[in-house]
Amino acid sequence: MISTRVQAEAFDAGAEAATLAAGRSDIGAIVSFTGLVRADGGLVALTLEHYPAMTVRQLAAIADEAWARWPLIGGTVIHRHGRLLPGEPIVLVAIASAHRGAAFEAAEFLMDWLKTRAPFWKQEDRDGEHVWVAAKTSDDAAAARWSATPAKGEQP
Amino acid sequence: MITLLYFAWVRTRIGFGEQRLALPAGVATVADLLDHLATLSPGHAAALADRDAIRIAVDEDFVSTDALVAGAREIAIFPPVTGG
Repeated sequence: MISTRVQAEAFDAGAEAATLAAGRSDIGAIVSFTGLVRADGGLVALTLEHYPAMTVRQLAAIADEAWARWPLIGGTVIHRHGRLLPGEPIVLVAIASAHRGAAFEAAEFLMDWLKTRAPFWKQEDRDGEHVWVAAKTSDDAAAARWSATPAKGEQP
Repeated sequence: MITLLYFAWVRTRIGFGEQRLALPAGVATVADLLDHLATLSPGHAAALADRDAIRIAVDEDFVSTDALVAGAREIAIFPPVTGG
């Protein structure tokens, strides 16, 4: 299964990948993606607001969808909330499979759907000026390539 | 009574994140509800002015504005999501 967590604390991507592989010999590939706070344009901090009950449900639904689409052995998805500083990790997707193809694809799918369906909102702190980040149409396009028709739970 | 939740700039424009409301007669769809909410305060009006810029979840599932609100427990109103 793919476990999902929403937390304020930082995570250790290496430790999460090691946990997926621990005690197993059937995993041939682990793909791990970590999203970080990037300090461009004078960014001081990023605050992630979320809708806790819906976040938990949406992450579980997205994880279930990936599990149904690819032959996976395990996975971990972690998304942080609260105030994060440049260089800090925001999101982790780590996917284990027998072969790399499924692991790469499932990890990219999870990130694309997470960005367009999980109810998180980023606010930038630019030296005291607080600005909500606008959604990107490129993210919508990236998510849409995985499904020709809107599925249940998709942001219309 | 339903619970309304507001997030991100919808929350900051309205001035708070949650309110309880008895649905007035004539409010059948999400669109009707948004029309009603926009009359409650200048902040509500400002937050809900651009309907293309907001997204709605009824009981934690995304819906379109023609969705019915009867039986809803919790309706959340927020901008397009920007996580990841």
